[in-house]
Parts: sequence; C-alpha cells; structure tokens
Amino acid sequence: MDAILFLVFAFIAVACGINVVLQRHPINSALSLIGVMGSLAVLYLLLGGEFIAAAQIIVYAGAVMVLFLFVIMLLNAGRERTQTVPWVVRLLGPPALILFVSALGVIAYRLLPYRDLVRFGGFTRGGAADVGRPLLTTYVLPFEVTTVAILVAIVGAVLLARKEGGE
Amino acid sequence: MQAIIEHPWFLPLTVGIVIIALFPLVAAYIVLAERKLLADFQVRLGPMRVGPHGLLQPIADALKLLLKEDVIPAAADRGLFWFAPVISTWTALTAFALLPFTEQLHVVDVNVGLLVIVAMSAVGVLGIIIGGWAANSHYPLLGALRSSAQLVSYEVALGLALICGVMSAGSLSMVEIVQAQLERRVWLAFDNYGLMFIAFIIFLISAIAETNRLPFDLPEAESELVAGFMTEYSGLRWGLYFLAEYASIIVIGGVGVTLFWGGWLRPFPNVSWLEVPLNVVFPLAFFLLAALISFRLSRRLLRFSRWRALLMAATGAALAGVGLLFLLPVAHPTLSALFWFLFKVGLFIYFVIWIRGTFPRFRYDQLMDIGWKYLVPLAMAAVLANALVGMLRAT
Repeated sequence: MDAILFLVFAFIAVACGINVVLQRHPINSALSLIGVMGSLAVLYLLLGGEFIAAAQIIVYAGAVMVLFLFVIMLLNAGRERTQTVPWVVRLLGPPALILFVSALGVIAYRLLPYRDLVRFGGFTRGGAADVGRPLLTTYVLPFEVTTVAILVAIVGAVLLARKEGGE
Repeated sequence: MQAIIEHPWFLPLTVGIVIIALFPLVAAYIVLAERKLLADFQVRLGPMRVGPHGLLQPIADALKLLLKEDVIPAAADRGLFWFAPVISTWTALTAFALLPFTEQLHVVDVNVGLLVIVAMSAVGVLGIIIGGWAANSHYPLLGALRSSAQLVSYEVALGLALICGVMSAGSLSMVEIVQAQLERRVWLAFDNYGLMFIAFIIFLISAIAETNRLPFDLPEAESELVAGFMTEYSGLRWGLYFLAEYASIIVIGGVGVTLFWGGWLRPFPNVSWLEVPLNVVFPLAFFLLAALISFRLSRRLLRFSRWRALLMAATGAALAGVGLLFLLPVAHPTLSALFWFLFKVGLFIYFVIWIRGTFPRFRYDQLMDIGWKYLVPLAMAAVLANALVGMLRAT
C-alpha cells in the first residue's frame, strides 16, 4: 500500500516538476508547482512526518503559491514567447540530459550504503511536539538566525518598494 | 454483519458518506434559514410560495441550478474554469473529515487535525483565485485579487487565535482538544481568567473574513464587482462555489465550537446533577417547542390549502419525533453529544447571519487596516498573555 502510494505520488511530483518547465504560461507553471508541493506533502506523510506534511501544504501550497499567483496576475504576465533553439542543442540536449541524470544516479547509489534505504512506517516521531521541542532547544540558534534573516529580507523588500514609489 | 460493523473502516466510511450525501441538502436549508432570518430582520416574510412558508424553496432552487445551462465564456481557459470550483468544494468537504461530531462519531482523528483544516482552507483560496483568473474577464480577476489579499491577511490573525486555544488544550488533535476541556473543567473561551475570550473574538472576526461573509465580502461586492470571482459562473458550477462557501462556514463554525466552546460537551460538563436537565429536558423542550409552533402554523394554513397544512403538520411531527428520541436511554450519550455540537454550530451560523443583517460592508482600506493594524498585533498580544498566564497557572 505504502509503496503504491509512494510510486503514484512520486510520479505525480516528477511529472508536475517537468511540466513547470515545459509550460509556456506562468499561471500553468505555478499550478504545476502546486502539484509538486502537494505530492511532496503526501511523501512526507508516508514517511511519518505528519507535522511537516501539514506545514508543507499550509506554507508552500497555500501561502507561497497564493502569493505567486497573486503576483503573476498583478503583473499580468503573458505567454512566454517561443525562442528558436539551434539544431545542435535540440539534437544533443536530450541525450546529454539523460546521461547527466544517470551519472548523478550512479554517484548517489555508490555513495549511499545499502542498509540506509528508507522504510515506510519506521519513523513515528513526526508530530508537532516532536518537531517543536528540538526547534526551541537544540536548534534554537539556527532557528533564531533564520528569523533574523527573514526580517532583514522583509525590511529590504519594504525599502526597495518605497524607493520605487516615493519621491 | 457483525464483522462489517466492527470493521475499523465502517464508522469513518459511514460518517463520510452521510456527510457527503446530506451536506448539499443541509446547505440548501441553511440558505433558506438565512433568507428567512434576513427577511425577519428587515420586517418582511421572505420566501413563502414554494411549500408552506417556503419550506420546499431549497429543493426548487437546487432543481433550477441543476437544469440551468452551464455557460463557459469563449475567452476563458476551459480546463481551469472547469477545475477551479472543484478545488473549492473538494477542500471544503475534506475539512469536514476532521470535525469531531462526538467522541466516536467522526471520520478521522489525526494528531495534526487542526493544522489539516487550516491547510485545507489555505488551499481553498486557490479555487477562488484560479476561478477568477480563468474566466478571463475584468470583474472576476479583480474579485480574485481582492479575495487572495484578504484571505492571506486574515489567515495570520486566525492562526494566532488558534494558537491560543491549542496552547491551552495542549494538542492539535480535534478530539483531544475537547477532552482537554473536560479535564480543565471549563470551555476554553472562558479559560485563563477571560483572556481566552479575546482570542475567541479575534477568531470570530477573522473567521467571518475567511468565509467571505458580510461585512467582509469585498471579493463579491455587488455594487463594485458584480459577483466578484464567480461573475462568469452559472448553473451547477456556480452551485459548487455556493456549496463550498456554506461548507466553509460550517467547518469554521465546527472549529470554533471544538476549540473554544467545548465541542460535543454540554454546558458545565463536570456538574453531574445538570445531566438530566441539560441532556434530556433541554433538547426535548427545544424540539417539542419547534413542533408546537409547526402545529399552530399548520392549523392556520388549513384555511388556505390542505396539503400545505399537512406538510407543515408532518414537519412538526418529525421534529417531535426527533425530540422524543432523547428519551431513549440506548442512543442517549451519542445523541445528546451530537445535539450539543450541532446546536452550538447552529448558534454560530445564526450569529454569522445576524452579523450579515446588521453591519454595512467595510471599505477595502478599512478591511486591510483591521486585519493588519489591529487584529494581528492584538492576536500576538493575546498569544503572549495567554502563554504567560497559562504557564503561571501550571506552576
């Protein structure tokens, strides 16, 4: 059951991921990205990370993608123009891509030892408390540094937006 | 037979099917209740033609929606136009699965239940945005933009208000939240020396904004945007949006009731001598009174038409029958728990309709001011105050 669900949603995630790049209209790309986020949430759930799965949906599929769509609509971004691709690229592109991906696969396979393969249902500490406690004890410093970094980003964004509009 | 009933999937599947089957009917009758109540607030009668006192109006409306032509604008993105209402309805109905009607009567109880409901409401926004965009028309696009800005803004305050409740209950599972209130001997709305009530008020305001109801219904402000994001929708597809809206009202009401008003618990759940008055006499009186009113209406209708009077009398008899069920000792614990949950949700829905009949719509800048300048800081203060008081009380 787990394996079937994994295969289905992994396939959806990869297909949506490819679709993000292939689509010519930004809205369709954004929608495919939502598909990727949603399937990733299901994969987290299969691995036992309930909290991470819910947070993934709320933050990425919900908030982030709504803002993406909002900006795309606000800027009224149109269909991307097709560029003429040189025939060399067209001819050599797909084989080179396949070669690259399979090389990556082989390297990853060599580097990772056999015993550490993922097992479904082996991990049970994925609830909210299990994620929250280490975040506020063991990893409190990186956590706070991240929040400060985000604050800096917000201040920077406000500054940029004001410069453009004011004076 | 025994094996089927005792199968772990039996109860969730039955409850799920019952919810999906009954929900459109319930939503249609909530619409009737809303129209009747608004009419009452404005000193008119409301729908009166179809059936006695308009009792069959929802069925006529549903038939009309089903038979109407489903127009898709020529310039619309057909696939997305088709898909957008499905997202809205699907997310709203999925959230139903998490509502704990009683301790046993629910589809699932997961340990991140509240988060899943919030996630479903976050994804539901996509249905509105995509629907507005796919219609390829001005008013829907503006409605969709307004809607997404509004929903994202008020989700922050809503989340912070929910955190207050979760902190007191100590769990994200909907069933455990109610059980925690039984242990604390108080509904969470009155916990922490009244501080939780501030959180509840914030929840209430942002819940009304999240469901796009008046006075926060700017995404579909008639005078400015025709019908907002669903301007180009018609027939059944429009009906799906409608269904999603009422589903989200019930879901958010269920969340509020579970988190702040004790879910399926009766008032004063730890005072045992109130068991009979509140769990038997109150529902019995409630339903018998409703039946009595129906019988009196039926007698008055007899002068005009016999079958209308008969239908009204049948309604009254059904209400009385439901009331008499509370006297059966076998079904009692589940039934009274279910009664209290639905009763509280009904009060919430009444309140929402009442607000709609009372307040004028906010201007757009006022809406954003309320969201960001008042509700979010207030909600942060409420989280901090509740955390401090809760910690002091625990030690």
